Amino acid sequence: MHDLQPTTALGGNAPQVDTFDHITVAENDGLALASVAARMGHENTCHATLKELLGAVPEPGKAVLHDPEAGFWMGPDQWMIGAPRKTHELLADDLKDRFGDTASITEQTGAWVCFDVIGPAMPDLCERLCAVPIRRMTAGDAQRTMIHQLGCFLIKRNNPAHIRILGPRASAGSLHHALITAAHSVA
Amino acid sequence: MTQVNRLPGGQIDRTQSCKFTFDGKAYTGHPGDTLASALLANGVRLMGRSFKYHRPRGPLTAGSEEPNALVELRDGARQEPNTRATTVELYDGLLAKSQNRVGSLRFDLLAINDRFSNVLTAGFYYKTFMWPAALWEKLYEPIIRKAAGLGSLSLKDDPDVYDKGFLHCDLLIIGAGPTGLMAALTAGRAGADVILADEDFALGGRLNSETLTIGDQSGADWAAEVVGELATLPNVRIMPRTTVIGAFDHGVYGAVERVSDHMYAPDAGKPRQVLWRIYTQKTILAAGATERPIAFENNDRPGIMLGGALRTYANRFAVTADKRVAIFTNNDDGHRTAADLHAKGVRISAVVDIRPDVPRSLDYEVLHGELVNTKGRLGLTFAEVRLADGTMRTLECGALGLSGGWNPNIHMTCHQRGRPLWNDDIAAFVPGADLPAGMVVAGAANGNLSTTGALQGGAAAAKQALGLKGRLPKLPQAEDAPVNLKPFWYVEGCSRAWLDQQNDVTVKDVKLSHQEGFRSVEHLKRYTTLGMATDQGKTSNMGGLAIMAELAGKTIPEVGTTIFRPPYTPTAIGVLGGRHRGQEFHPKRLTPSHKWAEAQGAVFVEVGNWLRAQWFPQASETHWRETVDREVLATRNSVGVCDVTTLGKVDVQGTDAAGFLNKVYCNGFAKLAVGKTRYGLMLREDGIAMDDGTAARLAEDHFVVTTTTANALPVYRHMEFVRQCLFPDMDVQVISTTEAWAQYAVAGPNSRKLLSQIVDQDISNDAFPFMACGNITICGGLRARLFRISFSGELAYEIAVPTAYGDALIRKIMEAGAQYDVTPYGTEALGVMRIEKGHAAGNELNGTTTALNLGMGRMVSKKKDSVGSTLSEREGLNGEGQLYQVGFKPIDPKDPVPAGAHLMNADGPVDAAHDQGYVTSACYSPHLDHAIAIGFLKNGADRMGEHMRLVSPLTGVDVKVEITSAHFIDPEGERLRA
Amino acid sequence: MIIDHPLLGPRDAAEFTYLGDAKLIDRPDWQSETARQDFYEYAYLRENPAGWHQELWFHEAGDRSWLVVTRNTVTHEISKVELARDVARARGRSK
Repeated sequence: MHDLQPTTALGGNAPQVDTFDHITVAENDGLALASVAARMGHENTCHATLKELLGAVPEPGKAVLHDPEAGFWMGPDQWMIGAPRKTHELLADDLKDRFGDTASITEQTGAWVCFDVIGPAMPDLCERLCAVPIRRMTAGDAQRTMIHQLGCFLIKRNNPAHIRILGPRASAGSLHHALITAAHSVA
Repeated sequence: MTQVNRLPGGQIDRTQSCKFTFDGKAYTGHPGDTLASALLANGVRLMGRSFKYHRPRGPLTAGSEEPNALVELRDGARQEPNTRATTVELYDGLLAKSQNRVGSLRFDLLAINDRFSNVLTAGFYYKTFMWPAALWEKLYEPIIRKAAGLGSLSLKDDPDVYDKGFLHCDLLIIGAGPTGLMAALTAGRAGADVILADEDFALGGRLNSETLTIGDQSGADWAAEVVGELATLPNVRIMPRTTVIGAFDHGVYGAVERVSDHMYAPDAGKPRQVLWRIYTQKTILAAGATERPIAFENNDRPGIMLGGALRTYANRFAVTADKRVAIFTNNDDGHRTAADLHAKGVRISAVVDIRPDVPRSLDYEVLHGELVNTKGRLGLTFAEVRLADGTMRTLECGALGLSGGWNPNIHMTCHQRGRPLWNDDIAAFVPGADLPAGMVVAGAANGNLSTTGALQGGAAAAKQALGLKGRLPKLPQAEDAPVNLKPFWYVEGCSRAWLDQQNDVTVKDVKLSHQEGFRSVEHLKRYTTLGMATDQGKTSNMGGLAIMAELAGKTIPEVGTTIFRPPYTPTAIGVLGGRHRGQEFHPKRLTPSHKWAEAQGAVFVEVGNWLRAQWFPQASETHWRETVDREVLATRNSVGVCDVTTLGKVDVQGTDAAGFLNKVYCNGFAKLAVGKTRYGLMLREDGIAMDDGTAARLAEDHFVVTTTTANALPVYRHMEFVRQCLFPDMDVQVISTTEAWAQYAVAGPNSRKLLSQIVDQDISNDAFPFMACGNITICGGLRARLFRISFSGELAYEIAVPTAYGDALIRKIMEAGAQYDVTPYGTEALGVMRIEKGHAAGNELNGTTTALNLGMGRMVSKKKDSVGSTLSEREGLNGEGQLYQVGFKPIDPKDPVPAGAHLMNADGPVDAAHDQGYVTSACYSPHLDHAIAIGFLKNGADRMGEHMRLVSPLTGVDVKVEITSAHFIDPEGERLRA
Repeated sequence: MIIDHPLLGPRDAAEFTYLGDAKLIDRPDWQSETARQDFYEYAYLRENPAGWHQELWFHEAGDRSWLVVTRNTVTHEISKVELARDVARARGRSK
């Protein structure tokens, strides 16, 4: 076992949580991520494996909120799979074993910062950040959009007041600043 | 003297008082007042000075179309010029000042301009300041600039913040008068997602200003009841204080919500205003109509205002501008004003009507005639009437209501080049057929000026917009009076009769414009400045058009209108900028070693939003060069480490991955062995170099490709273009992994020794030779990637770990390398080392250079097709006289060799025609102890050893240089392979 | 402007990057005898119509699809949006 200590995307040793009157912005450091892209000619087998893994193949603009692995659609024949890092540190390797030559797997754990934004003011906050029709999104909707020039995924969770935001990890600080500023505006 | 002109009734909150000051004097009003209504209540009619002649002015209107009553609000950094007193919501502690005056408002020294009005006519500047030209910059312009402009800026940073936001709806309703409210009610009850926006702080539009009834309620009560019901509907969003400023393509609207303008300072963290981008399927424009005045001599004195404004002040704000009021009208509206004011106990001096068959009244005198002049230095005192039979009458009055008819607010229908149509019944323009997609216009905005018409129109528009079936809902009874308007724009024989009160454009100016040949409406506007002020001519344009039409012998629709453009009302630049101010909200990308580098005192530089360590100064170092020299020498002599995470990384997988790289790189990749890395040069289709990097083959069907930091995004976009648009059946998948891995370059003769302590595998020269790559583990099990590539020219590796471990790895490298004095180096040392090796970078891949220019002509494979390969063979890019990348060193070692300087033959002329090439990158080489540079030289490959002149006439550089190889260090590359 | 993405529905044009004429899909054959002339025309010659135009847009802040958008350059009306990959295949492009 190695002795290297990981840091969170915001640079701390533990995830950061910011609480406001009607909203909580919590850094989520517990996600392992890997992308899955179907190989040409193997789409059906790839879909079958996805279905086996998640219970369904995520449709365009949708996520499948499954445990322990969940997934959302990124682009044509391309999905992001997420799972708890504690149990799935080697998620990409596991998926490679599962999908074999039917898909290209790329480790994405380090590429993203994840924030869970929860509270009754969540829709108001999202309206100050990006163009997604937040009040029309239902559980399992997953949209990619721009938040202050940063490409982010927004995933509507089962709790109607909960949105999960994945953004570029190197800009975790900028994205966090945007979320906190918007929270001050609306909370 | 407090609120002498306050009337009974109104919709103000008399239980509370608001103290405020205007020009330093304290007054009192009530919540629900505007600044203008509160000042009028206190007997203040004079609120500003006009732009050009500094004429005393009071409010003309009671709304956002106001041309005159512009004031400065607040103080200090929050001072805001040119706000309309007629829309400023009164709050306790409000501070306001009049503007555009020298001295006091009552004794403005620049009022002298009014005496010279014969000179200061339209086109005055164009005609007067023609000569002598030399005086323009030194004399005329400074004087004019000093005199021009209205309010003044605080010249301090705005302490408040502004948000932007995004809203989605099925139906956007612009305006919450009777039309908008009825539309919202119909659509809201039908379950549609509705946004109802109104610029006012009180919803109801004219219903709040009139005494008419709807059903058995007053209009204002009906409006309040409807708003109450709408507020209970979760699918309806009511947005008061929100001006829709523009209609853009495909149902996108801009709106400004004034969140905190009705208080001195916003609450902590809250924005002053929000700019909303509204996405809607359908839109109902229910923006109402704007009343227009009638022009006559001296029609601009404080106290003279629109008839509808007098009613608004009386009925909504319980205020009259004066105890005696006269009316001048061309339609029945003027009589309504008189009746309303009379009912509130205001004395009506007379109603002057230009129509012969005027309605009679038992309560006040009605005269058939016209107003010809007024008196009163700082406010109206008398009005002169010429009766139809030619006799003159003088009316004593302190206020005068003008009713010239109403113009539908069609602005938004024209924001996408729609052209309005003329309607003779109301003598005004109404929306044309070419509306923005999804827009329905209803009520007064559509030319339907009655309340019944508004209610019906609103309900019908909602049904039409949403495609609702069935009959209209039962509508309450409301008045439906005819307009009975006789078009009348100005009184015959007047000259100093104001059309555009804000820009001081008179009837005489319009005539002059016509006389001097500026006859199209667009020319008229620019020559006279009619309609070019902050009010955009909302109350003045029609008058100008009517006069132009008469002079040209045309009808008004033949003359046409100027183009309406967003924004509908003046919009603060701050709200358009939103949060993006200075560095605020400028996204930054931090490298995995950022925190550590910061602690080392690194100086950062921004590259493609990344903050990269530029150098790591030590306490004893006094100049950046000292630091960079140390970093370079330490790396070349022992070992250095640099964060290279910022280079773009693209994961390329699939059975056609190698074939795909063959298409995007001009050199070949099919035969690259697994576990090996190769340099790749990417061309644009026109044969010019686009980017370069390395491709490491981790498996038969898996490459990791790097791009330059700045080009990561465009290269990825290009790869997707090639994959999706050019070779759609290739089995290749690409995804960016730039931020997924923390990557460090470890360079120098001791790099292997250092890394051997961290890497779990054997990395001896045999096991892991130059250009090797592979998946490894470090520190006893963490997954990592190792690449034996070198930008510095030394024995070097790049090692990558999942980003979360980047901070731990840099600390581990520093710890393991302590025995070799491992030295962190920044982008500057990186740059020095690559110039010493003659490696091309952004300065060389500058969008004009080819593979041939870069000395890589032979890399372009002729055996395969790749993007740019065909056009790179073009005649113009090949043959005699091409530029080649070479090195330069000064003949005198003390001379600099600056980048950007051009090369000239040693004994030829120095001019552009004899240009031989230019320097792209230069530095001081601590290794060679003199300046070195690389750049491009005509036929450079054949000119080694030649002495040339390097010149930069702009910066005074003229030095002698020798042409050398671009490889200043280890030209054979022995160090790399050690 | 709003682009009606064939997979994701209406999206703000701000999420896209514009490239230009969709003729860029029709890359010439490098082995043709007229390859130089063909590539010259491909790389440099474009129609610039006032009216209907087929254009390439990249959904950069979205699903990374290249789209062919049929747009009227005068009115901004958009009549058709297709995945560029489908268009490329329909035009006979393969590997």
